[in-house]
Amino acid sequence: MTWISIGALAIGCYFFKAVGVFAGRHIHLSKVGEDALGHLAPAVLSGLIIVQTFDGGGTLEIGAAAAGVAIGGIAACMRTPFPVVLILAAAVTAVVRLL
Amino acid sequence: MTKRLRAFWGQDHKRDGFLLGLAVGSFGVTFGVLANSAGLSAPKAVAMSLLVFTGASQFAAVGIANSGGEPISALGTALLLSARNCAYALSLSQIMPENRGGRLLAAQLVIDESAAMSNAQSSPQDAKEAFWVAGLAVFLFWNVGTLLGVLLGEVVGNPREWGLDAAFPAAFLALLLPHIKRKEKLRTALLGAVIAFVTIPFVPSGLPVVLAALSAVIFASFEVRK
Repeated sequence: MTWISIGALAIGCYFFKAVGVFAGRHIHLSKVGEDALGHLAPAVLSGLIIVQTFDGGGTLEIGAAAAGVAIGGIAACMRTPFPVVLILAAAVTAVVRLL
Repeated sequence: MTKRLRAFWGQDHKRDGFLLGLAVGSFGVTFGVLANSAGLSAPKAVAMSLLVFTGASQFAAVGIANSGGEPISALGTALLLSARNCAYALSLSQIMPENRGGRLLAAQLVIDESAAMSNAQSSPQDAKEAFWVAGLAVFLFWNVGTLLGVLLGEVVGNPREWGLDAAFPAAFLALLLPHIKRKEKLRTALLGAVIAFVTIPFVPSGLPVVLAALSAVIFASFEVRK
């Protein structure tokens, strides 16, 4: 990542926060608008999970990473601490690659 | 001093906010390790945590950079993820400082954790204090954690050999879980996953996530209207 993209990201993320803080006393978001914002995070995160697990450069690829993410996901559902989930996912992936 | 500390610790909403911040510090360490494995220098990783300061977006941007994605798709995806902070900020507007400077500062602290802690309080005074304690504690420990993580990452070496590329989607999965406790959001997430999966072979890289996000959100909004 370049400094320019980090700067652009920082400005964009701050913009969303500040707009909410400053507009909050004057506007009320409609139910649909509020709902769309609330649903954005789960939609983006699940899209990212799929792409980062299965995208082998424009083709679907079910490989070692899928095994690692599956085990990490099971661990996360069992309320395993965040760093442990990541270590498990990475370790399983590394081991499957060695096989 | 001890008296003050004891008074602070005796108030649930302050103690919980502080402990939450400490816990988020461990997320910060993992962000630092992954940022390092994606090729970010220590100043870049720390600058991100200081200035961007919204975890999921940071993981997303770095994860996409790590898998060789275009900068524009890293930026777009991370911004889509951060739009929810606008909704949090709106929900917190009643407890924001009166003066402009205070609000400019408070805005940076509007994230999942501070909003959740604040919205869980019953009195406006507690809500205000919970926001500041949780926001500042997370800010402190997230940044310290990031720095420690980058240094730890230096020791780790070749990231792919350790399977660290799979740690990114695992992180997104762990970050997703708190969002899908409600059935409607679980449905949105599943729909987003299906859309991303079927579009991977047909559209340029970066687009599947955007398509997943937009169509899932449109679908979800229409569901609510009915």
